[in-house]
Amino acid sequence: MKIVVAVKQVPERDAVVRVAADGRGVDESDVAWTMNEPDAYALEEALQLKERAGEGEVVVLCAGPERVQSTLREALAKGADRAVHVVTPEAGEGSLGERDSLDVARLLAEAVRAEAADLVLTGLQSDDLGAGQTGVVMAELLGVPHATLVLHVELLDGGDGRRIKVKRELEDGWMQHVEMALPALLTIQSGGNRLRYATLMGIKRARQKEMREVQAAAAGKRVDEVVKVSPPTRVKRTEMLTGSADEVAAKLVERLRFEVKVL
Amino acid sequence: MNSNVLVVTETKGAGWHRMSFEALAAGQKLAAELGVGCSAAVMGEGAAIAPLAAELAAKRLDAVWAVGDALLAQYTADGWVAALEQLIAEAKPRYVVFPHTYQVRDYAPALATRLGEVLIGDVTTIRVADAQSGPVAGPIFGRQWLQGKLNAEYRHGNESGVCFVSVQAGSFRADAVAAGASEVKAFAPKMEAGKIRTKPGEAFREAAQTVDLSTAAVIVSVGRGIGEQENLKLVEELAAALGAELAASRPICDAGWLPMERQVGSSGQTVAPKLYLAVGISGAIQHLVGMKGAKTVIAINKDADAPIFEVADIGVVGDLFEVVPALTKAIRG
Ligand SMILES: Cc1cc2nc3c(=O)[nH]c(=O)nc-3n(C[C@H](O)[C@H](O)[C@H](O)COP(=O)(O)OP(=O)(O)OC[C@H]3O[C@@H](n4cnc5c(N)ncnc54)[C@H](O)[C@@H]3O)c2cc1C
Ligand SMILES: Nc1ncnc2c1ncn2[C@@H]1O[C@H](COP(=O)(O)O)[C@@H](O)[C@H]1O
Repeated sequence: MKIVVAVKQVPERDAVVRVAADGRGVDESDVAWTMNEPDAYALEEALQLKERAGEGEVVVLCAGPERVQSTLREALAKGADRAVHVVTPEAGEGSLGERDSLDVARLLAEAVRAEAADLVLTGLQSDDLGAGQTGVVMAELLGVPHATLVLHVELLDGGDGRRIKVKRELEDGWMQHVEMALPALLTIQSGGNRLRYATLMGIKRARQKEMREVQAAAAGKRVDEVVKVSPPTRVKRTEMLTGSADEVAAKLVERLRFEVKVL
Repeated sequence: MNSNVLVVTETKGAGWHRMSFEALAAGQKLAAELGVGCSAAVMGEGAAIAPLAAELAAKRLDAVWAVGDALLAQYTADGWVAALEQLIAEAKPRYVVFPHTYQVRDYAPALATRLGEVLIGDVTTIRVADAQSGPVAGPIFGRQWLQGKLNAEYRHGNESGVCFVSVQAGSFRADAVAAGASEVKAFAPKMEAGKIRTKPGEAFREAAQTVDLSTAAVIVSVGRGIGEQENLKLVEELAAALGAELAASRPICDAGWLPMERQVGSSGQTVAPKLYLAVGISGAIQHLVGMKGAKTVIAINKDADAPIFEVADIGVVGDLFEVVPALTKAIRG
């Protein structure tokens, strides 16, 4: 059972982000990077699937510039067997920012095809672009069935796993099971497992693991186009309370008593 | 190819998904500003969708497409992509508008890919360029980056193709849908059972809910700003002092610090308390849709730019580790 997990590197949650000089992207100069959160859950599910099956290989895949290798290394330290890095330029022509979702999905699908994976996992959505579509687009390009918002994957028919049954999330706290044949692609929702940490041993081993670099194909013509990026104009109707913690607390209590009337 | 707008609605049980009419409002607005026609589609098993199609026919639309087949009785991505690909070939819209539901996330990107297109997803604004904004070709779609830290404006560059757009929950008003009269056109796509590769089960709920947040009058809700599980006692004490139920954003429940049933948002509970006190919650859209109905929202967050302050009535920019204990103390008097 070969599982490919697409992990994306995204800005850390607390990162202060600025608009790039050209007004069409993010200024990446001071950004600290991390693994996209749902992708960490996708990796965890892949590692657990392999552990349960007692055999198999987990390959992590990322498209991006040099910097993304730190995220791939982290995945290797957690237990992935190998990494594939589809190398794109840092900025300008052919960089991630210049490609649309279809183009990035093509890069990833190409790498998956070369691996002949049984199962492909992606996160359901990236924290930066929030497109929520790369996985589904890859499934269509690869011609395999898919399911989205998946929390848990079960291999059917004992060990040979030619079919899977997944638990996926619906809205408002509802769930659903879906069955399909392998090969298949699943986009993983956060929360299905507890995430593991990389151990010291894992970090050490990761240095010996294979990190294969493949040059990204030239970018195709974008279908959509980012015209302008800007900080949101907030429509604040909020009354802001200021002062020391005790002063703010006193003001809040007053509001809670006389305006909100819950005290 | 004509220049029309087609809105794809979504059903739920025997009725509507609540966001269908938001998408319809967005589609009508786009069509009106472009000066083109708008039509709508409803999909499902023929007899089941007939009353829904009739209901749509009382809206201001050029046509209502009733896309019916036994294989559309239950949602599958393969079924929806196949049926809509054929409908698009027949109706030839220039724009296709969807509500950004979980179901649309599941199939719309595949449909767009099949036509060599890209879905411009989860948009919050649609603006048709006017004389003042200069010679920008086509409408501009606004969507969020980095969970609301930035706004990005997109346009569809492929002028001879179909532009696929999905609209975010709450961004367009369902009550803005204009009434009118239009005709229902039955559309029977060619469907093959063998081409549907997934076998969906029935919807279920994990376990009986033991807490009902939907009727709580006061809710203290905690987010990732709390940092560590042991810090939860700070908000538990505040909730106790207020006589409030404790709720949380998704990451807190994902980590197992609080049970799933205390999660507020699109995949959790929808609440409408008299007071919703959000502590260390950024205000991502998936959280906001679950608590926007609160009468008063108070937010405590160290980031003055956090989107939660867009829905808060009262805001405190500060460190929750100072403000929350001080507030608990002040309430206890
Ligand atoms: C399909 C889908 C469904 C989802 N469903 C849900 C859902 O049902 N419910 C839900 O909540 N989310 C849901 N999410 C996740 C959602 O997108 C956000 O990731 C999540 O709501 C963020 O939670 P948060 O605000 O607690 O964390 P963060 O976004 O990390 O925000 C933490 C906040 O705490 C503040 N903070 C940090 N330290 C302090 C301090 N010391 N004092 C004060 N403030 C501090 C920070 O400024 C920040 O604003 C869903 C996502 C997807 C894609
Ligand atoms: N550059 C990339 N490298 C690897 N995986 C990616 C990349 N972009 C997107 N993905 C995957 O696709 C998922 C959805 O991303 P998006 O469509 O941008 O919301 C992510 O959670 C990743 O698993």
